[in-house]
Order: sequence, then structure tokens, then C-alpha cells
Amino acid sequence: MVASTSKFKYIVCDPEKCIGCQLCEYICSYTKTGEFNSYRSRIRTVRVDEVLITAVACRTCEDAPCVKACTRDALTQDPISGIIRIDPQKCDGCAWCIEACDFGAISINHETKLAEFCNQCEDVEDGPQCVKICPKDALEYTTPDQRSQRTRHKLVKDSLNFPSKAKDPR
Amino acid sequence: MYGYSGNILHIDLKERSHWVENKPEEWYKTYIGGVSMATRLCWENIEVGCDPYSPGNPVCFANGIFTGTPVPVGGKYGLASKSPMTGFIGDSLSGSWFSIAMKRAQYDGIVIHDASENWIFLFIDDERVEFLPADKLLGLGTYETEEAIRDYFGDDQVRSATIGPAGEHMVRFGNVTNDGRQAGRTGHGAVWGSKKLKAVSIRGTHGVTVADPDTLLKMSFDITEASQGKDTEKYRIYGTSTNVMNMNKLGLLPTRNYTEGVFEFAELVSGEYLDEHHKVKVIACAQCPIACEQMSMVKQGPFAGAMTGIEYECLQAVSSNCGIGDMTAAIRLIDIADRSGMDAMSMGVTISYAMECYERGVLKKEDFISERTPEGIELNFGNGPGAVNLALMIENREGIGAILSEGTRRAAEYFDKERNAETYKWAMNIKGLELPGYDARALKTFAVGLAVGTRGGCHNRSAAYDPDIKSETNRFTVDETRGKVAASSEEYAAVYDTLPMCKFIRRCFTGKADRAGAWPAIANLINATTGWHFEYDDVDLIGVRAHTIKKAFNIREGWKASDDDLPWRWKHEPMTIGPSAGHVVTDEELAYLKKIYYEAKGWTEEGLIPKQLLIDLGMEDVAEEIGV
Repeated sequence: MVASTSKFKYIVCDPEKCIGCQLCEYICSYTKTGEFNSYRSRIRTVRVDEVLITAVACRTCEDAPCVKACTRDALTQDPISGIIRIDPQKCDGCAWCIEACDFGAISINHETKLAEFCNQCEDVEDGPQCVKICPKDALEYTTPDQRSQRTRHKLVKDSLNFPSKAKDPR
Repeated sequence: MYGYSGNILHIDLKERSHWVENKPEEWYKTYIGGVSMATRLCWENIEVGCDPYSPGNPVCFANGIFTGTPVPVGGKYGLASKSPMTGFIGDSLSGSWFSIAMKRAQYDGIVIHDASENWIFLFIDDERVEFLPADKLLGLGTYETEEAIRDYFGDDQVRSATIGPAGEHMVRFGNVTNDGRQAGRTGHGAVWGSKKLKAVSIRGTHGVTVADPDTLLKMSFDITEASQGKDTEKYRIYGTSTNVMNMNKLGLLPTRNYTEGVFEFAELVSGEYLDEHHKVKVIACAQCPIACEQMSMVKQGPFAGAMTGIEYECLQAVSSNCGIGDMTAAIRLIDIADRSGMDAMSMGVTISYAMECYERGVLKKEDFISERTPEGIELNFGNGPGAVNLALMIENREGIGAILSEGTRRAAEYFDKERNAETYKWAMNIKGLELPGYDARALKTFAVGLAVGTRGGCHNRSAAYDPDIKSETNRFTVDETRGKVAASSEEYAAVYDTLPMCKFIRRCFTGKADRAGAWPAIANLINATTGWHFEYDDVDLIGVRAHTIKKAFNIREGWKASDDDLPWRWKHEPMTIGPSAGHVVTDEELAYLKKIYYEAKGWTEEGLIPKQLLIDLGMEDVAEEIGV
């Protein structure tokens, strides 16, 4: 798979856990548009065959190629959160950003002619709604560093057999 | 209208034309969706008395009321035609992405009329309908066909319902597949084959709006959360295949063509064994948070590479029921059925019928000669590789497969005449549809539920095995309560089949699956979706109406009380071992059960529906035609 170079948080899906129910698409499209419509979802489930199922959303690349590719300077990236923002006055739906994105995380709304991608629900009080609804906890909202840290912890915990805590003698 | 678009799309395969019919809101309140609306569409559009393979038999899709919304397990549709298996209503359910694409294309129902001269597939692209040649798709399996169509359009949001080779060859129990799910029973694939209709593909780009999205979302969140708890554990962890051990313990597991209810190798074909040795991943239908589909693979041996979703009904039909204690053969058999697009239950019971014919000497080794089996097959019970070869012969209608592909009822009629035999005694079907995985000789409430079933031997439309198994009734005896229990159980099931919602969610509304536990929540979901004011009684009536329109359809197609019957074996031959040994349903018991069931329904002694009852249900035009 194409590697992301992001240090930012973004939404990732564990293909081992994803069951392909699409509830993430429902909640996303509703949050963004008030309608239930996978075509307007910023996260997309991908079903390659009977078992190869996962979901993909914007991975907030560093030096995001979509921002660089935009010919009208409609896209900007927040230096702290890495979230890509769009200026609807400037975007004309030319789709150069789609060409630049390695993850297929951008789509064009044919009615508004604007590029659409995940903004991590930055305008919603309790954060990414897809993560909240995912029934199998397949989605998480973390940085790559957090995930590698967790893997290290798990490895050590599972494979080393030291007494990990002093027992309270009481 | 919220929740519905008000559009029924009609497509004429012969004229290559289409038009949209608008239905009034009252019509939707009466028939809702799923099997009820699909049957109603079939009622309105069929040429009465037609042969199921004739152009007069329409293909009727009806979407779900909750399809395309986050309501858990609401992403389903109903599919109805006159069944080539039974000659009565063939109403099936399937779910997942296809139904959602249909909703987003803004159709509540689709009716496909007449037949095409050349093989075609339909592409419904929002309001546009295209008739495209299907030559390049012929011979492809169900999954392959879907994939080929998606590749052709280059859009993975194009979702297709397809038939495989079995449907093309008009295997009578061929079925329709979408997204790896099947409208599995009653032979829809054969009907599509008779119309030279290889697939229906839909792209829908419109959003779905509901009356009260905040309430609907809040409820959906709560139900989704509850659906991860203990009430669905059985489905989520092992899937329904755990029933193999449960039914075996009760002596109800169909074994060797329903001769016994206990299988000595049950553990080797159990859900637990499957989980340990073959499970690859668990997947869900679109819009479902439960995920019961246990994708299972054969990793080594002669059937290595076979992979499909395994659940109880198909598993028992091809394993214990055929005396096969080899899980790899069972997976391969279901894999063949799913890829070629045929009903694995009917296929399994037809193979077990052929095995019994072989063991009793009616069929001989050389009867099973085919290209793959030049010597024939020694088709004893338990012969897994033999069963696999026979399944391939059925799929291709090769040799004796042509006769067996007609199902047990027609095969028995053929062999009994040709070979002067009495194989009807072990042709395990009701109204021509093969039985499900519960031996009803020792489930007497279920026995009447099956006998009167509008689509034949089916566990989905009658859930009367539930009170029997839970000992709410004495499963070995008959008493005056059973008519009501059977009627109530099928009307309960019909509510879920009409919304439609998967029944696996039934305990997740309040923890209780009964009407009091589920109907108020379902009423709230309906109201939040549509803006209607449904209450408990209105939900209850959904099931009554659904069942009534199906029965009315059958009456108009020539149903008689004598059609409500059980297979010969269940009436005359008891099982000899296990906790359910020694029981049959006698003709007297069956006659009594039918009588009290018709009474409970408010029907006449002959099982016909009084005019007034139909009028009270808001079905005046039906009353005109078949009311007495």
C-alpha cells in the first residue's frame, strides 16, 4: 500500500475488523449534507472481494500533494492539525487534487462542483462521527506514531514475562 | 413523502421500454415494502394462472422502508414472482448494497415484464434505463458477473443482482445473488433465466431524506450499540451454524434425508469446528452492524480454494442431511451453489433424495455418468466427492442432473413413473419447496406452520419452531392452542420480512423479542422515517396484511386446502434414535392442526378468506377477486 508520511491524526480502518456495513458512510454523509448518501461520504468503504473490505478517508499527508496540485490555491493545510481546508470561492472542481491523491480520498460533488474530503469533523463537537458509530471499532482517529507506540506496548506485554507491577501487599 | 420516493419503475423486456408508476401514500401504508409490497406488485402485474416460466410472470422488487438510512439491518429488499418450484407465490429477501443503490435511484419498487429474445442485462442509472447485451457475461458465476459489470462501468457504486450458470440453465431452484447475498429460495434464478435476464444493475446517486433524522439517528445509535451485546452473540461469533450441535442434541438435525435427527459426525460439521478450522473473516450486509456471515475457506485437500459464507440452513442440508461428515466437502458444495447461483438448501435436499434413491436401488451407479464421472457415481450417503460431482451435474443440467435440477417433487414424479418406484415417500418437500433444517415430526406447532406455509417448506416465513424448541409448547403433542401459535408466529415473522429488517435484530430494541418488546420501537422508527403516526396495532397489521396478500395470491393461482400438506415420511415413518424418536404427524393430527389454524386466521373451513376480513384490512380489490 502507498505509505502516508503524515505525523498528524487521521482516520484509519483495520481491514481485519471492518465488516463492510457502511454505517460510517451514512453518518458521514448525514453530518456533512443532511442526507444519507454514500456518494457524499468523505469516508468510503472499499469491497474488493468477498473478504477484502476496508474504509478509506483523508490521511492528512505532510506537504499534502493535493494542496500542491491545486491550480487555484483553493486548498490549504492546517499546520497544527494537518486538516485540509477548502475555499469554496476558489475551487472550481477541476479535479487536479484527485489526480494527486494517492489514497482516493477526494471526490467531486457534481452539483456544487467542489472537491470534498474528510475534515475529521473539526466542526462537530464530539469529533469524527464515523469513529463513533463504527460497531466493530474498526475505525480509529490517531497518528501513525500513536499506532506504532501501541504496537510496541502490545508486543512487549504479550511476549515478555516480567512481573509488570509490584503487587500491593495489602 | 419521506422514506419513499413514490416511484415504481416498470420495465418491459420485449418492448425495451420503461415507465414510472406513482403510488399513493395509502398504498404504501398498507403494503410497506419487502415481501408484502413485492407480492402486491406481483398480484397487480401477473397474468393470472400463467406458467412461472412464461412472459406473463413478472419479476417484482420491493425495497425496504429503512433502506438507505442508518437503521441497523434495514438494508433489505423483497423479490417476488410466481415460483417455478411451487406454482404459488415465490417471495424472497436479500439485502446489502444493491437495495441501497435502488433506494438512491429513487425507486420503491421495480417490476420487470415479459421476456427478452436475446440475453441482456439492465442498467438503471438513476432515471435512465439501458438494455445491454449480456453475451460476454454468460457462463460467469454470480460474483464474477457482478465484478465484470462493475469493471465495465468503472464504478464500484454500480450494484447488481445477478444469476449464475444455474439460472441461465433454468435449474428450477436457481436463485438471484447480489453482493454475496441471495434471494435464495423459490427459484427466482430460473424465472430470470426464462426471460434471458442475466442481471439488473443499478446506480443511484440521490440522497435519502427522512422525516425526523435526529430521532432516527439517536435510535439507530442505540440499537447499533445493543446489537454488539449478548443478544446477538450467537450470530456474531459462530454464526447460525452453532445450531448443528443444538439441533443434534434435540434429535432434530436432518440426517440422511430426514431418516434420523441425530448425526454421529455432527461435531465435524458444527459451527464450532468451522470457526476453528475454516473461518477467514466475518462480514456484514450493508447497513448491518451485527455481521453474521462466516466467510470460510477450504485450505487443503481436493476442495482447496473453495470459499463462501456458511450458515446453518445450507450447512445442514449438504452435510448431516447427506450423511457427509467432511466440512471441506460441505464448504465446496455451498461454494458451488453460491457461485452458480442456486438454492443450497434445495440442492442439498435434492442430493440427499438422490442418495436415498441410490441406496434403495432405484438409481444405479451408471445413472450418474457425466464428463467428470465417466464411470458414474456410487452415491451412498456420506460420499462428499460424489455429492460435489452431482452438484456440478445439476448446475449444468448434465445427464441425470437435468432431472434432479427440477427439485425433489418433479424428480420423484419422473422416477416413480419411469422406474415404477415410490420415491415420493422420501422426496422431502412441501408444495414443491425442499424442507429446512428442523425435523418437524417432533415439532408439532412448526409442522402446521410449515404445512400451511404460503411458499412451501420454509423456516423463515414460519417461526413456529421457536415455541416448540423453547418448550413453550409440548413439541411432541397436539393441542387446541397450536393454531393460534402458528398463525401468530408467521404474522410476527411477516412484519420483519415486510419492513424488511433482519430478524437477528429482534432482541436489540429492548432486550425482549416479543411484540411488546419490539413493536413500539419499530413504530417509532417508522414514524421518524416517514412522518406517519404508526402505533403498536399498526405494526402488528403489517404482518397480517403481508401474510394475507400472499395467501390471496395463492388462492387466485388455484390453491386448495389439500396443498397444505406434509411430506409422506413425516406422516408415516418415525425416527428410530435420539430424543425425538418415535414420532410422526398423523393425517388426523394434521387435519386437526389445519382446522384450528384456519380458525385462528378467521378463514373458512376450506382455508379461504372471508370478504369482510379483506375489506377490514383495506384490501377491497382483493376481496372482490378472491373473498368468499
